[in-house]
Amino acid sequence: MNAIVKTAEAVLVLLAVALFAMPATAQERFEDPQLRERFSELTRELRCPKCQNESIAESGAPISADMRERVRKMMREGATDEEIRQAMVDRFGSFVSYRPVFAPHTWALWIGPFVVLVIGVGVVLALVARNRARRELDSTPLSEEERRRAEQWLRDE
Amino acid sequence: MNRIWLFLPLVLAVTLGVVFYWGLGEDPSELDSALVGREVPSFDLPMLGDKEASGGPEILKGKVQLLNVWGTWCAACRVEHPHLNRLAEQGVPIVGLNYKDERGAALEWLEERGDPYTRVIYDPEGSLGFDLGVYGAPETYLIDAEGIVRHRHVGVVDQDVWESDFEPLYERYRKDG
Repeated sequence: MNAIVKTAEAVLVLLAVALFAMPATAQERFEDPQLRERFSELTRELRCPKCQNESIAESGAPISADMRERVRKMMREGATDEEIRQAMVDRFGSFVSYRPVFAPHTWALWIGPFVVLVIGVGVVLALVARNRARRELDSTPLSEEERRRAEQWLRDE
Repeated sequence: MNRIWLFLPLVLAVTLGVVFYWGLGEDPSELDSALVGREVPSFDLPMLGDKEASGGPEILKGKVQLLNVWGTWCAACRVEHPHLNRLAEQGVPIVGLNYKDERGAALEWLEERGDPYTRVIYDPEGSLGFDLGVYGAPETYLIDAEGIVRHRHVGVVDQDVWESDFEPLYERYRKDG
């Protein structure tokens, strides 16, 4: 009886150990919470080139796993965030960065909205100025001469 | 005079329509290679056929060549293979990059389907593939005599793609070299 309980216990312990050991071997994680945070931030900013609307943090594509592995490796080697991002852009193109660079081919993207805003404000100001000028004209009282001419026209009707 | 402005919305709508229509024709999964105009990244990898032999970027220099990334796990490579065989028959030199594959399976594949490659680089870890920015096989690169990447195509290179995308560049760089 006692032997059976002992065996069952041993099996349970072994199972528990096996279950706990799995995640650690399947995915090498950073122990340091600060590094883990940095890793998760970096991988959320990089876009999977294969499955185009996912970051490499969430994507299950093999290429994303390779990219995550490279990010991890570069972090271990002490690369800065900028160096890691640049390494990915050098290989996969500026497409992989969710933050577009500020370069001649992206000027329209960065400055465009402000140009449209300035045009819009200009149009509104011009309309307001025109409206005000018209209203001022309406509210100016008629001169003696104008009043006489207006009365003349009304009589002729 | 002021009436002209009434046409502004129409002009805007037509302009945007043309731009969007043009954008619809683009294939969003086709990314520009970051490597076009740059040298092939350096590597030191074994050859598929010969475990002892290894090679670096120098095997992609000296003449205009294609570099074709393939693997036996890649379904589209099956479709592409006969096209590569035909190109090889026409005398186009193609270097293979066997990507994340097993040597045995890859050699068997070449035995079965014919071998269009002048040589095949064996890259089971995908290290050169990663440096090239390979995100899906098959991919094909046109590399000039100086070892500079001139064109990249993701997907099957069939007769149409060869004639429209590769052949003009291939002829041009061959003349320049």
